Amino acid sequence: MPGKGVPRCSDPEVPLAQTGDMLRRFGHIATLLAFTLVQLPIMLVTGVMLLLSFALGMVFLFPPQVGMVRRLAEFNRRLVRRQTGIDIASPYLPAPAPPVPQPDGMYRSERTLYKTPRIPAWNNRWKWLVSDPATWRDELWLLLDPPVKIALVPLFVLLPARGLRLYGLWSELLLAPTAASLLAGQVTHLRRTRNLAADSQAAEMRRIERDLHDGTQARIVAIGMTLGAVEQLVEDDPKAARALLAKARDASSETLTELRRVIRGIHPPVLAERGLADAIRALAMDSVMRVSVDVELEHRPESPVEAAVYFAVSELLSNAARHGDARTASVDISGNGPDLRVTVTDDGLGGADPAKGSGLAGIERRLAAFDGVLALNSPLGGPTTVTMLLPNVLPGHSAGGTRGMPRWKTVTVILLWGTAWCPTFPQGIVAGVFKAFGIEEKAWFLPLYLPEPWQWPVIVAMTLVGLLMHVMAIRIPATHDPDRYMEEASVLKPWCS
Amino acid sequence: MSRVLIAEDLYLLRDGLVHLLQAHGFTVVAAVESGPELLKGLLELRPDVSIVDVRLPPTFTDEGLQAALAARQQLPGLPVLVLSQHVEQLYARELLADGSGAIGYLLKDRVFNAEQFIDAVRRVAAGGTAMDPEVIAKLLARNARNEPLAALTPREREVLEAMAEGRSNAAISQRLYLSESAVAKHTASIFAKLGLAPSDDDNRRVLAVLAYLNSR
Repeated sequence: MPGKGVPRCSDPEVPLAQTGDMLRRFGHIATLLAFTLVQLPIMLVTGVMLLLSFALGMVFLFPPQVGMVRRLAEFNRRLVRRQTGIDIASPYLPAPAPPVPQPDGMYRSERTLYKTPRIPAWNNRWKWLVSDPATWRDELWLLLDPPVKIALVPLFVLLPARGLRLYGLWSELLLAPTAASLLAGQVTHLRRTRNLAADSQAAEMRRIERDLHDGTQARIVAIGMTLGAVEQLVEDDPKAARALLAKARDASSETLTELRRVIRGIHPPVLAERGLADAIRALAMDSVMRVSVDVELEHRPESPVEAAVYFAVSELLSNAARHGDARTASVDISGNGPDLRVTVTDDGLGGADPAKGSGLAGIERRLAAFDGVLALNSPLGGPTTVTMLLPNVLPGHSAGGTRGMPRWKTVTVILLWGTAWCPTFPQGIVAGVFKAFGIEEKAWFLPLYLPEPWQWPVIVAMTLVGLLMHVMAIRIPATHDPDRYMEEASVLKPWCS
Repeated sequence: MSRVLIAEDLYLLRDGLVHLLQAHGFTVVAAVESGPELLKGLLELRPDVSIVDVRLPPTFTDEGLQAALAARQQLPGLPVLVLSQHVEQLYARELLADGSGAIGYLLKDRVFNAEQFIDAVRRVAAGGTAMDPEVIAKLLARNARNEPLAALTPREREVLEAMAEGRSNAAISQRLYLSESAVAKHTASIFAKLGLAPSDDDNRRVLAVLAYLNSR
């Protein structure tokens, strides 16, 4: 980026802005140092608490101690984010679920039974705090932070911007989640959404079963009985038989209507036949409101995603017409990279509230299976806007969501591909062949110029280094985004852009 | 003797349709079971009327509908009666879009009533229209709040419904137990209220009404 960060002398505002920046940075530093004055007494108190809880067995002191440290660490995370923009996520494991009573109503914690969940809950909480590595990383941070800050003071004074950034990186080192805790969090999240999806799937199945059992099946039984009656009547009373047959025909027609309704609830036929865009258009045509539809998608999303979006839009439109008394609505579906964005706006009364159970919770449950989120904006008097975002669901984009490698990785890979041949072939394999066959020519095969005892080890080492470089060149892009690598790379082109 | 082509992938239904149509004096020139066969049959045989299922192999999506639309693009006004397990206004619109008539779109259940079904086939073969009552009901429900339609009397609404399904004045008078002149009076009043140019031609009249309802 040419020109950026280079102040021009003719611009009078630049020095002013610079002074402002400078002052702000010193302000930040002053805050940091003032924060140390809070840190030190808390460090003392929490240190004593920690000592008492473990050395003297006063375990009840541990949870409040951790609470204090966490609050302090959380404050520091926010401070660093505001000052340097380094975003440090909360690293803590999710709190344990409340204890579940046994069939006899007692709560069990290890080998003891309790009447109330209070003690088992406290035990779980204690274990959760002790076993979370973030707890101990926080304690370590609290212990080391003041000396680090003091050591950084010269840098703070001379190069405040660098100093602040270095302090941010230091905080990140101990306060950011480790890879393991990130994965643990992800696993918990996945388990929750999987259970949710399985639950809603099971509920759906039960609903369909009930519909078929109470509706369709009962009607077919009735038709069968009518036909049985016709069979008995056909000889003696053909006229009555004919009337019954007409009734059976009407009943079969009704059964089909009923069945169509059930099928629409499972998977609308137009969705199966035409895909999301036309299914939404068909939905708009069936609505009593005037609905404009705008779908901009390059490819059809996966079928479960289409169904989720279809049912969500269907629910929202019928809500708007039924509760909101809306006249017009618009549905906008578009792709943003791998993310699918759906916006439904109506001119109804507004004031929709998910807590009132207007089907919004059901939509959220359905979307949760795809990590989708729903945002509702419905002021009293309208208009109501519902935006749904489903990340990483569109085909044609890698699922990881990483977009290309950082520049240093690209440069490294290019360098590796450009140079790996040199140690592998001329200095390694070819030199080895020359030496093995006793060819006198030394050319530019450097190992052959070395003293005799060094020649073989160097040739072997060169070959190994070369091979290692090749492996690295392949591994770096492959591990950076495995999905994309599987898609784009081939044997003849073992890299992806 | 009208020459009929049938496209339906379920053997039982296909066979039933063949028998039903033969019993009513139609000649079944072909009974096919997939989209590509259907398109070929429509273009080569140019049947007087075709009965086409929307969902056909190989993709089991809207193969039949697409084949019918493609054939009618090359041979405008080729009479096609589309059958489906479900009716969509979207499909009805696509079928009506070229405005050349000779089109039908019915639920498969309508086959139960042989008399009415054969009547619909004859109407389409003669260049008329046969829209499923469910399509018309949805169209009217959607227009329920619109001014001119709300101004119709209940009787006029009934006449409009029957007319939109593609029935002639004679058929409407039979269905609603009215004299033909009374039906004619109602239709004239409907056309005046909707602001449409009156027409004596049954087919053009139906298309005008459907276009009016669809434009809303």
